[in-house]
Amino acid sequence: MSGPTHYLPVGLPIPVGEPDGLSTPYWMGLRENRLLVQRCDRCCTWQFGPEWICHNCHSFDLTWTDVEPTGRIYSWERVWHPSHPALKQCAPYLALLVELPHAGGVRMVGNLPGDPRQTVVIGTEVKGVFEHHLEADPVFSLLHWWLQRDADASDSRSGA
Amino acid sequence: MTGRARDERTLRGRVAVIGIGETEYYRHGASPDPEFKLALKAILAACEDAGLDPREIDGFSSYSDDRSEASRLAAALGTHRLRSATMQWGGGGGGCCAAVANAAASIVAGLADCVVVFRSLAQGQYGRFGQAAGIHTVSGERSYLMPYGVLAPPQRFAMRVQRYMHEHGVRQEALRSIALASYHHAQANPRAVMHGRPLHAEKYDASRWIVEPFHLYDCCMENDGAAALLLVSVERAKDFASKPAYVLGAAFGSGHRAAATAHNAPLYATASFDTVAPDLYRMAGVGPSDVGVVQAYENFTGGVVMALAEHGFFRPEKANDFLTFDNLIAPSGRLPLNTSGGNLAECYMHGFELVLEAVRQVRGASTSQARRNDVALVIGGPMVTPASNLILGSEATL
Repeated sequence: MSGPTHYLPVGLPIPVGEPDGLSTPYWMGLRENRLLVQRCDRCCTWQFGPEWICHNCHSFDLTWTDVEPTGRIYSWERVWHPSHPALKQCAPYLALLVELPHAGGVRMVGNLPGDPRQTVVIGTEVKGVFEHHLEADPVFSLLHWWLQRDADASDSRSGA
Repeated sequence: MTGRARDERTLRGRVAVIGIGETEYYRHGASPDPEFKLALKAILAACEDAGLDPREIDGFSSYSDDRSEASRLAAALGTHRLRSATMQWGGGGGGCCAAVANAAASIVAGLADCVVVFRSLAQGQYGRFGQAAGIHTVSGERSYLMPYGVLAPPQRFAMRVQRYMHEHGVRQEALRSIALASYHHAQANPRAVMHGRPLHAEKYDASRWIVEPFHLYDCCMENDGAAALLLVSVERAKDFASKPAYVLGAAFGSGHRAAATAHNAPLYATASFDTVAPDLYRMAGVGPSDVGVVQAYENFTGGVVMALAEHGFFRPEKANDFLTFDNLIAPSGRLPLNTSGGNLAECYMHGFELVLEAVRQVRGASTSQARRNDVALVIGGPMVTPASNLILGSEATL
């Protein structure tokens, strides 16, 4: 079932941690509405996607660190051609590459909910929104990005 | 090591292409032959071109995990012995020139004497690159992309190109010129899958988006077929039936942390040639102004823009001025590009058809011959890692 809270239909590949557990803390964090990014205990370098070693100082002591899910649009794309059967009825949709200046400029991919035909402007500030797939097996969560101004308007409507 | 010994660590002038061959090129899924048989046919065609007994082949080189495995090929062909079997790691079509480099290195190092480099694809038999059905769970790089609908190569590369166009003011017309040049050259090439199916600007503009900024015609085809070439040491180059094309240089790899997962490469909006292009020119002893004709892998036209800029043909800010249809066509454009039709319009043989076309240019045997053909550049798949490139030259360039 694809509820209104899901940006893309059910049926796309489900993200899971590797058998060796490298990214498991990241995916567990999303399920708890937390964005976790690796940070080196020794040289404070941020690192995403995760790796077993700090690419800057070669320390193996990396800590999954809470990061405020805000950023700005680094690039984007509007997808029209479905590359998966689950997407056949939902084109176009928008994917973003978001950079997080407060976490060393690491970037992550998500979707931009809302009008899929909207004009997207690189540099626009965005705020992360967690999307939980509790009906999936295995259960997982994603992180999408709303335009900061839409998120602010939503917060004021809900009295938050 | 002495300075002189270091200088001698080169492929320049050491190895020659003595034969090329390919199967008929088919639309994806349309090959009547299985993939391994396609590989055999291409290899035999290359041997026929060279006038070489296939049993003399003693090395095999390919890329992108080609399924036609070296030992099986050696047994099938009854080669006298097998001495070299190299597979380029990763990078998909980015390995098309690296496979030639690895083969050349095997010969220069004395590991083998006659190496065949090839690629074979039968997508009806093994599935397409452009579809991602039937996957339940994903980990690693793909887990950060696929759940968001960033599944297949068009979606994986569009954001890179979008960022590049943003940073440098590149317009859609620059991408369009690349597509038009490939289709133009394919109309002269009877091997081309898109032979007899011309493209013009209005048709490009009206074509559907695959993913912005890629129209349908910005994206490579997917095809069935196989292509092969034969390399021997320079001392034997003239012992065969066809005019040799000499390896002047080759390079592969990528810059600092190009493979940082989930779109975290420090130099994001690039084709991965920031270190590889200078390596190539240094080995070949030539610069961009010496290059008369270019075959540049079009997974997507936007990657060609980046790759040509990184090989020094124009600054990114000048891409709109340089990338016009007239500049890109043989015989006398400023830089004839993809003169067989390339991945867009000849055949998506994962870029190996581009290597064969560079040989044809040096021989003077292309269906769209460039006026300046002494130095022919091939640029493998852009925006991947490892990427690779290759310069071939005529005897006069040695």
